[in-house]
Amino acid sequence: MYDKLWLIPFFPLLGCIINGLLGKRFIKNEKVIGAIGTGAVFLSFLVSCKYLIQLLGDPVKSHENVIASWMSVGTVQVDWGFLLDPLSALMLMVVCGVGSLIHLYSIGYMHGEEGFYRYFSYLNLFVFSMLMLVLGNNALVMFVGWEGVGLCSYLLIGYYFEKQSAGDAAKKAFVMNRVGDFGFLLGLFTIFWTLGSKHGVWTINFMEINENAHLLSGDMMLGLGVTTVATLCFFLGATGKSAQLPLFTWLPDAMEGPTPVSALIHAATMVTAGVYMIGRMNVLFAMSPTTMAVVALVGALTAIFAASIGFAQNDIKRVLAYSTVSQLGFMFVAMGVGAFTAGIFHLMTHAFFKACLFLGSGSVIHAMHHALHHAHLHDDPQDMRNMGGLRKKMPVTWATFGISCLAISGLPFFSGFFSKDEILWWAFASTRGSKLVWGIAVVAACMTAFYMFRCLYMTFHGEQRTNAKAKDHVHESPWVITLPLVVLAFLATVGGLIGIPHVLGNLVGHIPNKLEHFLAPVFEHSQHLYEIEAHGTAATEVSLMVLSVLIALVGIAVATVMYMKNPELPGKFTRKFSQLHRWVFNKWYVDEAYDVLFVNSTKKLGTFCWRGFDVKVIDGIVNGLAKLVGACSAVLRHTQTGLFQNYALTMVFGTVVMVAIFILN
Amino acid sequence: MENLVQIALQNVNLGAILPSLILTCFGMGLLLINVFLPRGTTRHAVWISLIGLVVTGFFVYTGWGNPQYGFNDAVAMDNYAAFFSIIFLFAAGLTILMSDEYLTREGYPVSEYYPLVLFTTAGAMWMASGTDMMTIFLGLEVLSISLYVLAGFFRGQVRSNEAGLKYFLLGAFSTGFLLYGIALIYGVTGSTKLTEIGIYLNAHGSLLENPMTLAGLVLLSIGFLFKIAAAPFHMWTPDVYEGAPTPITAFMSAGPKAAAFAAFLRIMEYCFFSLKPEWTAMLWVLAVLTMIVGNVIAISQTNIKRMLAYSSIAHAGYAMVGMVAANEIGYSGILFYMLAYTFMNIGAFAVLVLAGKKGEENLTLEGFSGFGFKRPFLGVAMTIFLFSLMGLPPTAGFAGKFYIFAGAIKAGYIWLAVIGVLNSAVSLYYYLRIMVYMYFRDPSEDYAWVTMPVTVMISIVIAIIGVFYLGIIPGEVMELAKLAVF
Repeated sequence: MYDKLWLIPFFPLLGCIINGLLGKRFIKNEKVIGAIGTGAVFLSFLVSCKYLIQLLGDPVKSHENVIASWMSVGTVQVDWGFLLDPLSALMLMVVCGVGSLIHLYSIGYMHGEEGFYRYFSYLNLFVFSMLMLVLGNNALVMFVGWEGVGLCSYLLIGYYFEKQSAGDAAKKAFVMNRVGDFGFLLGLFTIFWTLGSKHGVWTINFMEINENAHLLSGDMMLGLGVTTVATLCFFLGATGKSAQLPLFTWLPDAMEGPTPVSALIHAATMVTAGVYMIGRMNVLFAMSPTTMAVVALVGALTAIFAASIGFAQNDIKRVLAYSTVSQLGFMFVAMGVGAFTAGIFHLMTHAFFKACLFLGSGSVIHAMHHALHHAHLHDDPQDMRNMGGLRKKMPVTWATFGISCLAISGLPFFSGFFSKDEILWWAFASTRGSKLVWGIAVVAACMTAFYMFRCLYMTFHGEQRTNAKAKDHVHESPWVITLPLVVLAFLATVGGLIGIPHVLGNLVGHIPNKLEHFLAPVFEHSQHLYEIEAHGTAATEVSLMVLSVLIALVGIAVATVMYMKNPELPGKFTRKFSQLHRWVFNKWYVDEAYDVLFVNSTKKLGTFCWRGFDVKVIDGIVNGLAKLVGACSAVLRHTQTGLFQNYALTMVFGTVVMVAIFILN
Repeated sequence: MENLVQIALQNVNLGAILPSLILTCFGMGLLLINVFLPRGTTRHAVWISLIGLVVTGFFVYTGWGNPQYGFNDAVAMDNYAAFFSIIFLFAAGLTILMSDEYLTREGYPVSEYYPLVLFTTAGAMWMASGTDMMTIFLGLEVLSISLYVLAGFFRGQVRSNEAGLKYFLLGAFSTGFLLYGIALIYGVTGSTKLTEIGIYLNAHGSLLENPMTLAGLVLLSIGFLFKIAAAPFHMWTPDVYEGAPTPITAFMSAGPKAAAFAAFLRIMEYCFFSLKPEWTAMLWVLAVLTMIVGNVIAISQTNIKRMLAYSSIAHAGYAMVGMVAANEIGYSGILFYMLAYTFMNIGAFAVLVLAGKKGEENLTLEGFSGFGFKRPFLGVAMTIFLFSLMGLPPTAGFAGKFYIFAGAIKAGYIWLAVIGVLNSAVSLYYYLRIMVYMYFRDPSEDYAWVTMPVTVMISIVIAIIGVFYLGIIPGEVMELAKLAVF
């Protein structure tokens, strides 16, 4: 029944190999390369759909498909195996669905780029890795995917590798991810070792870990519970991959990559891997209230912190990048307060509207770039100060961008409304929730509405500030670009309807929360076991809902006043609070602080170790050893005289020694 | 008289030698066909040999899990023999695929070459399936004599002649040790049957300290240690490997070496299980010595063929670690490693074959400068094989070393595993150096003369598939290997 699961990651891998090996020399044709790349992901999407439908009609909700034994040593058995359950099925839809749209979009966006084949090969490899991450039935397969997406992220951020800044950004992303990966591995080792050595369960299979997690409840390590230590390590991994405090600074820099890459990897899929991982290991996380509190708090702080930076950015992609960081913060708030369903729900809706926003910005940048290029200008095509009034020129892009802005701000009945509200409600009312986290999240939601509409107004409304020479060359993008925009905007509008909260459902008349029901087999167990639930009256829930809508409206209203009605207001503001503005504009100087704290001190330590210790001591030893080995080698090779009598003599000598030792002992 | 015939026939069971019988028939048939064909035509021989190997492989495959014993328990075609037979068949097949082009280029398009390879393979199969000292000795001699001829196959080349002669003289010398060992053991136990020897020694505890038993054990071992090129019986290897035709060098380092391991391991386990502490201690020392000698001397080699000869000594040392471990993982690790080594080493030699030109082979490091850019496919293929020889994931070499060292650690030989890993680190130097020349040096000459015949490409591609298959999904073959060991 579920024995063809491997097809899902197989197609993108095949696409990657075909385009990677044959693209440059044999295929060459952009259309064919694009069709292979897009088709591969689309095929995976179709297979995923088939399995989703099959799963919906199946009373058993988790299925493993082992294709081969990877290694088996003693009692440890690791397989190349896949796991299909509601959680991975949902992720498959997001990854393959949004993935195929973005592949399609890329055909138009990357048209004429040198290394077109390379781009599609990398992008397919990314989808393959992401699918391994999502489908892996054990932590090692997931880790292969985890590292794979990191690698592809590095390759794609550095796609324009001849640009210094792109290369630097790629390196930064890779190094910061490595810090997180280290945490992931430590967490995995902790669980593996404790389960094995203390309880005799040597396993890294997710199902088995979940089944046996309760054994760990009494174990201590470093003065904390083992589950706390392990999940904190896992969370460190998540902060790296999902760009949370303190490891978030790589994500804004990652915007050096092509825009579709930002949409796919740095908004819709890879950066949500941390959220998915927590969902996959929800039993372990649920066992540790400490870790959950940390997760919620870090998420909330990231949400508000990144939103504040979003206020002052002028690069359209940077605004979206900080917005992504902030929205990921919301998802972590959800995971931290035990609203696993809501977290995954927000992951999904965010994938729709953020991908749409990024692709919309890409469409704008594409148009701007061509216009500026046509007029032989060197203005920055990504700077919103050069835009304005594009609404008339690019109506489709404007409409889809606007819808997504409404969705992300959480206006009623757009997808973001349902998911964000669910998160806020749980933060307020959950047994693991806290009013502090809720408060921060509400403020962050208000700020989100403000900076997103600021972005919308600066780009599409008001007067066109583009250089007069280029003004008239701005055109709407071709269909391969606008079609994905329309599809995503549609999803961003209606995607929330699968998760209508009970309160609203009951008001209108028994509309069930389909998503909650669907994901229940994955999360119900731990929520039930560790008493994680949201208490509260329907009245409270509705009033909170109204409050959050009002607060979003406030954000939008402020943005309208500042950027539509009185365009001189922001300038005044900036002058009045110049100190504050400078801090916000410079991203609170986090990068600089990291430079001083970690990068420079590490460099100094490195230089010291290099000059002082390495060159003199280590190199001395290593070179000495190498010389010794070399010298031995040079001496020993002379034993090879070429005379067979000598060889025979050596053999006799060896024989005599061996016989002597044997018999004398 | 009639009774005698009946008794003899009852115990024959041709099923036990069916695969090697088929292979021998193909070899002899080929010799006969050659008589009727003009000299210089070899294409037919390649295909007939390959068909022979495939047919043999089919019978080995169908015999899996259905052990056949015959000839009064002198032959046992069990899973162990079957697994090794598959290794030999792969080694022979890959060798034959890369030979045709090479022989023509070097001016020896002689079709007798192919039957000799088949006979060597048949001999190897008897060594793996022999459960009597005499069968094993017979197999060893069939294998060796064919190899002596093959090593000296290029009659007109001094180096090849030298290789053949040296191999023959030293081989005869080592056979003496082996026979003497067999004689001593026969003297002690009164049998040449492996199981009977084992039972007899186990039952008579006093014999275990008898100098004659111990001397027999050591002398017997030396015969095999010579064949697997363990130090200090390795000295023939560099000279013979360097002088022999390149495909034969590739073959020797994989097939016959695995055959020697097969027979050695079976004898040790069947006959001398009562003396396990003693012979594992002996092999501990020899394994360390072999790894160190192989890797250290390889460092100062500038001729790639010679370097690979030393590297093959080092790899024999790694495999010996599995024998020292003497447990399930260690033994099945050896089987796995021999298969992995067949793919990666023959693959590397196949690239060497293609890089050569008539008369003068391109074997120096200098000659490989810039090779990776001029011949991207061959460069990548060589890189894959070298990575596997180093033991980096996700290649077969990594999985093989992993199992062998895991076996050693499980058996408590932590230090042996540490020494093995350190030796792998040393080996990085000389393997990486080839890559440095391939990718970081400007080409010193034009590679326009490098031809890419289909057959050699097939063998390279098969080897690459093997390297990755065993590296990424080692579990499946390892399960088979576990079923194959005792």
